[in-house]
Amino acid sequence: MLVLKLAFRNITHAGLRTWLNVIVLSFAFVLIVLTEGLYDGMSEQVKDAEIDSSVGGGQFWQKDYDPNDPFSFETAHSEIPVDLKKEIERDNASAVLIASASIFPRNLIQSVTLKGIDPDQKIVNLPVTVLKEEQDTNAIPGLIGFRMAKSTGLQAGDYVSARWRNIKGTFDAGDIKIVKVININIPSVDKGQIWIPLESLRTMMQAPGQATVITFKKNLSRIPSGSREWIFKDHNYLLKDLNENISRKRLYSNFMFSLLLGIALLAVFDTQVLSIFRRRKEIGTLMALGMTKWSVIILFTLEGCLLGILAFITGFMYGYPILAYLAKEGIVLPRMIEQSQFAILLVLYPKYGLKLYIVTALILFISVIIVSFLPAHRIAKLKPTDALKGKLS
Amino acid sequence: MTDSQIIKVNNLIKDYTMGKQFFRALNDINLSVKTGEFCGLVGPSGSGKTTLLNIIGALDNPTGGDAIIMDKSVNALKSKEAAKLRNESIGFIFQTYNLLPIYTVYENVEFPLLLLKKNKRDREEAVMRALEWVGISDKANSKPNQLSGGESQRVAVARAMVKLPKIVLADEPTANLDAANSHNILKTLQKLNSELKTTFIFATHDEKVIGYLRRKIILGDGKVIDDININ
Ligand SMILES: Nc1ncnc2c1ncn2[C@@H]1O[C@H](COP(=O)(O)OP(=O)(O)OP(=O)(O)O)[C@@H](O)[C@H]1O
Ligand SMILES: [Mg+2]
Repeated sequence: MLVLKLAFRNITHAGLRTWLNVIVLSFAFVLIVLTEGLYDGMSEQVKDAEIDSSVGGGQFWQKDYDPNDPFSFETAHSEIPVDLKKEIERDNASAVLIASASIFPRNLIQSVTLKGIDPDQKIVNLPVTVLKEEQDTNAIPGLIGFRMAKSTGLQAGDYVSARWRNIKGTFDAGDIKIVKVININIPSVDKGQIWIPLESLRTMMQAPGQATVITFKKNLSRIPSGSREWIFKDHNYLLKDLNENISRKRLYSNFMFSLLLGIALLAVFDTQVLSIFRRRKEIGTLMALGMTKWSVIILFTLEGCLLGILAFITGFMYGYPILAYLAKEGIVLPRMIEQSQFAILLVLYPKYGLKLYIVTALILFISVIIVSFLPAHRIAKLKPTDALKGKLS
Repeated sequence: MTDSQIIKVNNLIKDYTMGKQFFRALNDINLSVKTGEFCGLVGPSGSGKTTLLNIIGALDNPTGGDAIIMDKSVNALKSKEAAKLRNESIGFIFQTYNLLPIYTVYENVEFPLLLLKKNKRDREEAVMRALEWVGISDKANSKPNQLSGGESQRVAVARAMVKLPKIVLADEPTANLDAANSHNILKTLQKLNSELKTTFIFATHDEKVIGYLRRKIILGDGKVIDDININ
């Protein structure tokens, strides 16, 4: 096809101008794939971590349990039904008892959630085995996350007094020894809570054999059906907040996406407008030589599109090794969480699906066609005689 | 209309509108041109030479009357058909050469043949022949910005002639050239006219050009004032 050949010739002869455009466009392409890939990778990582350390393959909740309402903890505990107990014995599930308490760090009163967990459990990825290694029998061993450590000022080795009410409503008190502070970036197992041995909490609450939550192993093929007392919560339910959070961040990444795209397209648009302005005499000549207006319009549009294609090729050539390297090595983000002393290292692994490449390429390509065509189609209104004089009507 | 009348202009009027006012650039022009003529529209600046030439070249439309080019009325031509007519039958030579800047001399001359979808061998043959006519074969691989004005105009002549058009329209082809180059170009065009029977129409007020013309159509204020044949 002649026009394509001409467009290609014009593009390759235009030298620096072409390459500037190609570089800007390819930059946008690579950066868009990178940011989108970063968010995809982050979403997956965060979700995996939440499943790994908190919700497992799904949970049974005692019917009164509401994690957002500490008052519900007073009644949210029951004996574990037989079928669930069997799963716990088979190491397919693990029980957690939840209660409210007050602690007195630095002589201040602070409400906390006590979570009793079996130190031998193998269901969630928390280093709770340290709870059974503690030698001091006068205190209850406790494990906290770094957010909790920051908000209470507690460190490993510290003692803190605690006060709670057992299920009969009687107040009781004792000391908790923090045996370990874990560096974990999952608020749902960290904020406002202390992990202690399940049996200790049962004794404290005078609630032998009772639990609030039964967490199941992930990827289990069969999960027992619930009862009126124990209700099963699946991932859809348990990860709802997280998913909403991710889509909010997605929105931000889409904004970045549009911004990058906008900048790149502006460059192409600009080049097109400029090149039609500068080449109007050439346009007139082409028409005098017998090219139709539409051939000229298609020629200029194709020139823009070829920039897009060249951008994909160059972007792929220098972008692919970079993207692949980042996906393999991850991107280290040293993050100061909430101005604390604790800097935790977040390593993000971008993930680029084929869909991401194709969607990005398609969106970019269609936009390039549009911004190439928009200035070019004004040639239709141009009179050949005006164009030859170098005028733009 | 006889076969030999390749161009016929009837009661042609061209108005340019500027806001509410209009300016009559061509006022009731009547003329006909026979195949193989070597003629020129002659007149002072602003007399309407370019305007008339552009209408004959199907680049512009008349306001009134008609121009019949090779049995086709320019009024009836759609823009696509006008492009086809220019592509197949009309060669243009401009005062400012209008070469395509990024193409070589060869590619510039080849261009009309690409539009005509000629095959590579035919193109090569025709381009080399056209370059020989104007004596510029040695510059085939040069770019327009490496050429002198005279050389550029010779390339433009080759580009106009390469497809062997029936009509060549030349608007002030020598205005940017010195005397020697002007005569060189004009002699070449004269030779091509007698060898190929191509019809030439110039628009000019250059005495050098006028000296070569076999027919002078004198324009003044948008009208034909005189029509002088020299035999
Ligand atoms: N696009 C236009 N809009 C308005 N008026 C125009 C336009 N083109 C030409 N004219 C006017 O029409 C008249 C004829 O113009 P034309 O270009 O045909 O003259 P010309 O004989 O070719 O002159 P020159 O020898 O200077 O090239 C002039 O008075 C000019 O001002
Ligand atoms: Mg003129």
